[in-house]
Amino acid sequence: MTLAPLTLLGRMTLAFMALVGSVTIFASQAIVQGLRPPYYRQQIIRQMLEIGYYSLPVVGLTAIFTGMVLALQSYTGFARFSAESAIPQVVVVSLTRELGPVLAGLMVAGRVGAAMAAEIGTMRVTEQIDALTTLSTDPFRYLVAPRLIAAVVSLPILVLVADLIGVLGGYLVAVYKLEFNDLTYLKNTIDYLQFEDVFSGVVKAAVFGFLIALMGCYQGYHSKGGAQGVGAATTAAVVSASILILTFNYFLTEAFFAR
Amino acid sequence: MDAPKISLKGVRKSFGPKTVLAGIDVDVGAGQSLVVIGGSGSGKSVLLKCILGLLRPEAGSVRIDGEETVGINGTDRARVMKKFGMLFQGGALFDSLRVWQNVAFGPIQADGVPPAKAKEIALAKLANVGLPPEVGELFPAELSGGMQKRVSLARAIAREPEIIFFDEPTTGLDPIMADVINDLIVKCVRELGATAISITHDMASARKIGDRIAMIYEGKLIWQGATADVDHSNSAYVDQFIHGRAEGPIKMQVKKL
Repeated sequence: MTLAPLTLLGRMTLAFMALVGSVTIFASQAIVQGLRPPYYRQQIIRQMLEIGYYSLPVVGLTAIFTGMVLALQSYTGFARFSAESAIPQVVVVSLTRELGPVLAGLMVAGRVGAAMAAEIGTMRVTEQIDALTTLSTDPFRYLVAPRLIAAVVSLPILVLVADLIGVLGGYLVAVYKLEFNDLTYLKNTIDYLQFEDVFSGVVKAAVFGFLIALMGCYQGYHSKGGAQGVGAATTAAVVSASILILTFNYFLTEAFFAR
Repeated sequence: MDAPKISLKGVRKSFGPKTVLAGIDVDVGAGQSLVVIGGSGSGKSVLLKCILGLLRPEAGSVRIDGEETVGINGTDRARVMKKFGMLFQGGALFDSLRVWQNVAFGPIQADGVPPAKAKEIALAKLANVGLPPEVGELFPAELSGGMQKRVSLARAIAREPEIIFFDEPTTGLDPIMADVINDLIVKCVRELGATAISITHDMASARKIGDRIAMIYEGKLIWQGATADVDHSNSAYVDQFIHGRAEGPIKMQVKKL
């Protein structure tokens, strides 16, 4: 009886390690198969449109309001120390290093990760994935690899666009509401921006893209049962991708900026 | 004597504590049509999936044309799969593709046939199963259940396979459409000279499409013989099943409320 909590802890640890192992094997298989021909170019292009182009409105809206809020909040805080002139730097560095990739990643996880899990999950429960195998087509090459490739390529582009839109949001608030000089704002933004700021955000975006596609595909591929199973896979895909994004964000930040 | 086209020896498969296949032995000769009958959950679909390599048996041997296929690598599996066509119970049509693209999927993706040529093949196969070319431009969701089965049959035969599997081909269809599908199956299998394994619990279908019938019960093939002999099997299990009686040695596990 007294061992019950330990038993539970042991079971949870084993289940967690089994899950980590299973995801790792799935990812390795997807990478190995993705590197081998045939390459499904049309599938990759279709997924790039889905992940990158169709996510642009939601990511753009998130970015512009984030930039606007950032400028406004920075102003109210920095005004206490007469440090308002630092606002352009704060906005651009926050967006390129952190908020751009993280917020875009979370929004895409909600939009695209869920859709991937639902689509592949439905294919699983309706035997479409088995049908692929009987048609001599490897499901990893046809379904998983194109999504991984498309996400890794699309998300950095999406984040670069989000960075620009976010900076525009900060500029609009700073110039039209807080009465900053427009040229000075832009000059400060560009002068203080370093290559590393943008590069770290782009690398983060590529990693987040991989994680979103991986979790979407993994959860969908392993869904069981009917509609309920697909629903559970969709939820699990979004939750696990979001947690992984936030976790990896810390380690990537440490890798880039910890001195 | 020629080696059987498909040969299973001692095939076992379990899911956790539940043993689904408890040692299956069966041979199917080239050009033969075997129908496996049995109740729901008796392991019929698992048997097909083990032969196709979609599930890996824990023990036993699955030989196709004398070649062992249990545990073969992906490249060899893809080569062996070229011999197969399969009609899935629910059709398993790719809902993001048009009907003709579904039928042409195998020729395009696996055999490298150019799309224009593959479309010609697809439309010819659709005609084989009695569907006009206009249907080719529709999406699977726009088709009735019977039409979906026909499209799935057209996809199964599109690569002119040596072996075709039919997983409950008439389930969910009205009796007339079921008979149409049975006729199409017989016609397609004969035209291709293919070896066929079908699983069903529809006895009318089994009698029509099978040369031989085998019955699976509790993970084992308890009887097999010529279709004409199924009515004189001397097996109480087979008799109960083919006549659809609730009383008999096969007990349905129904929990009392």
